[in-house]
Amino acid sequence: MNGNDLRNRTIRVNALARVEGEGALHVRIKGGKVEDLSFRIFEPPRFFEALLRGRPHTDAPDIVSRICGICPIAYILGACLAMEDALGASVDGPIRALRRLVYCGEWVQSHVLHTNLLHAPDFLGYQDSFEMAKDHPGVVESALQLKKAGNLVMEAVGGRAVHPVNTRVGGFYKAPSKAEIGALAAPLRAALENAIGSFLFFKTFEFPQYEDDYVFVALHHPTEYAIDRGRIVSSTGLDLDVAEFETSFAEEHVAHSTALQGVMKGAQQPYLLGPLARYALNYEQLSPLVKGLAEDAGLGPVVRNPFKSILVRALEVVYALEEALRLVYAYVEPDPPAVALTPRAGRGCGVTEAPRGLCYHRYDLDAEGRILAADIMPPTSQNQKQIERDLLGVVSANLTLPDEDLRWRCEQTIRNYDPCISCATHFLRLTVERA
Amino acid sequence: MPHKKARPKLAVWKFSSCDGCQLSLLDCEDELLAVAGAFEIAYFLEATRAQSKGPYDVSLVEGSISNVHDAERIKKVRADSKTLITIGACATAGGIQALRNFRDYEALVRAVYARPEFIDGLATSTAIADHVKVDFELRGCPVDKRQLLEVLSAFLNKRKPLVSPHSVCLECKLGGQVCVMVAHGTPCLGPVTHSGCGGLCPRHERGCYGCFGPQERANTASLSRQIAELGLGERELAELFRSFNANAEAFRKEGDVHERK
Repeated sequence: MNGNDLRNRTIRVNALARVEGEGALHVRIKGGKVEDLSFRIFEPPRFFEALLRGRPHTDAPDIVSRICGICPIAYILGACLAMEDALGASVDGPIRALRRLVYCGEWVQSHVLHTNLLHAPDFLGYQDSFEMAKDHPGVVESALQLKKAGNLVMEAVGGRAVHPVNTRVGGFYKAPSKAEIGALAAPLRAALENAIGSFLFFKTFEFPQYEDDYVFVALHHPTEYAIDRGRIVSSTGLDLDVAEFETSFAEEHVAHSTALQGVMKGAQQPYLLGPLARYALNYEQLSPLVKGLAEDAGLGPVVRNPFKSILVRALEVVYALEEALRLVYAYVEPDPPAVALTPRAGRGCGVTEAPRGLCYHRYDLDAEGRILAADIMPPTSQNQKQIERDLLGVVSANLTLPDEDLRWRCEQTIRNYDPCISCATHFLRLTVERA
Repeated sequence: MPHKKARPKLAVWKFSSCDGCQLSLLDCEDELLAVAGAFEIAYFLEATRAQSKGPYDVSLVEGSISNVHDAERIKKVRADSKTLITIGACATAGGIQALRNFRDYEALVRAVYARPEFIDGLATSTAIADHVKVDFELRGCPVDKRQLLEVLSAFLNKRKPLVSPHSVCLECKLGGQVCVMVAHGTPCLGPVTHSGCGGLCPRHERGCYGCFGPQERANTASLSRQIAELGLGERELAELFRSFNANAEAFRKEGDVHERK
């Protein structure tokens, strides 16, 4: 390829691999500059918000669970919290502890699937983890066992790993026995060792040089690394109650995407949700073990290189396992397993930290507790604008790469987000055009 | 020792869905590498960038058909596949998104999207078998991973998958589970729902919500009468059948009966 071809070309990824859902990327380079770039989501829309209208509020957790098979707890719990808010109930104590435990399980299985099986092959130049397994069988086998530990938690608390059945507005249908939860301790301890090993392995990767001055947004809680509760904070100084989310954030509908895109009102640049944001805003709340691992790896309390998100996710896995162990040891069967709620008209909001970032739910209920209106903002749709900004930055910094290398680098840039396109529509075709 | 014989080519396809059923394959942590050894994974976007062209010996299809583009794409997948197996409620019945089939589609689009003209969808979400010939349907929302392994194992051994056609109700009886409907008066779709979950919901002290769809010859009318006696009204009965398998024939018809009343 001669210099002129590099200055004028189109790069396309028609169907992005190793992500959840269907998306595409199109980049047109003209005269050595990126002329047009779009991260396109073409997953067919499923209209969850509209289909919920008229249904009893108690149906919402099971229905919204089906937005995503990888992070069902994020949707289930967001809906439960919003309904409880609308009905004036607060759920705390052993029920809340059990919810945090199952959420830790979801973080582990979702993060490990992404870091160890979908993202790590990018750094080592493999098409997939099956190919990686031929050269590094131990790495893939231990990754699978690590992921399994997360699923064991999901099964023990929720009944099954994909679309758990034991969760409900107000709490749980049935409290798992002390023995069932206690049985998680041994596999979780083994998983914790395994997770530290994963982090130490990822630390040896070469990371592309790239940084952005991100606007981070995440839940924050003074005494714990926020997962299932907290206030909404940003690196630009926002500090909002969950119910105030929409005063500062909104959604836009653009032609190239079936996923609505999140915007921060009045802001000059997009915002970032997910592991890097949580880590930067909640570093103090991490455990001594996690902080020690981060320091040894030279990470510092803020990471601005998106390619290092794999390291931060691996640290979050260590944290989630430590936290799960703590909750297992402290487990008390909630009795009753759910708080009784009385239907009434009202509005409720629920926000949690899904593995991919902050996930917002709002519902309006009528006097019988039926849903009048629903609005859900999944993390991947909120991250779309920042994904496009990262792509623009990465492509602009790598204009001399040949097409295939540039295409792979773009894919890797998108995979930094562990994008869940199924969620956002509610993945990716890269087309690079060098005109 | 690498075996010389060519391994069968496996492809995994996604249509409108939550990815949970293909995830169930990746969730077979103890068996995944054996599966990857027994098959050539020729197309599986969620797991790999590598893609080889068809024809494929076996295709697993997740998701429903809900737009014009996918209605065409599934024909090509069928033409490229010697055996086509659908996995999950979306692929076998249209999924939760088939609730649109009972609503005004234009109004739904307007309710979610500010610019409805950008959306190219069909007014219905339908099963893969409504569009092309399907060789085997595996039910569930999500599918049960043990059943998924059984289907793959049966394919490799050229036999029929051992997937019992009985009801969830029978699974509870076989498992010695106390009946939630008889003992607690909890409405339960177990008597009309296809087995596969092992009676999961009753084991968690809730009624079955039908995520594996109707079993063959489901007596939905009789079950509705029993549930009505527990105090559920027509609207609630309709909603009970209108969930993850709303467009499966037996549930659709029963839902229609109660929606009309």
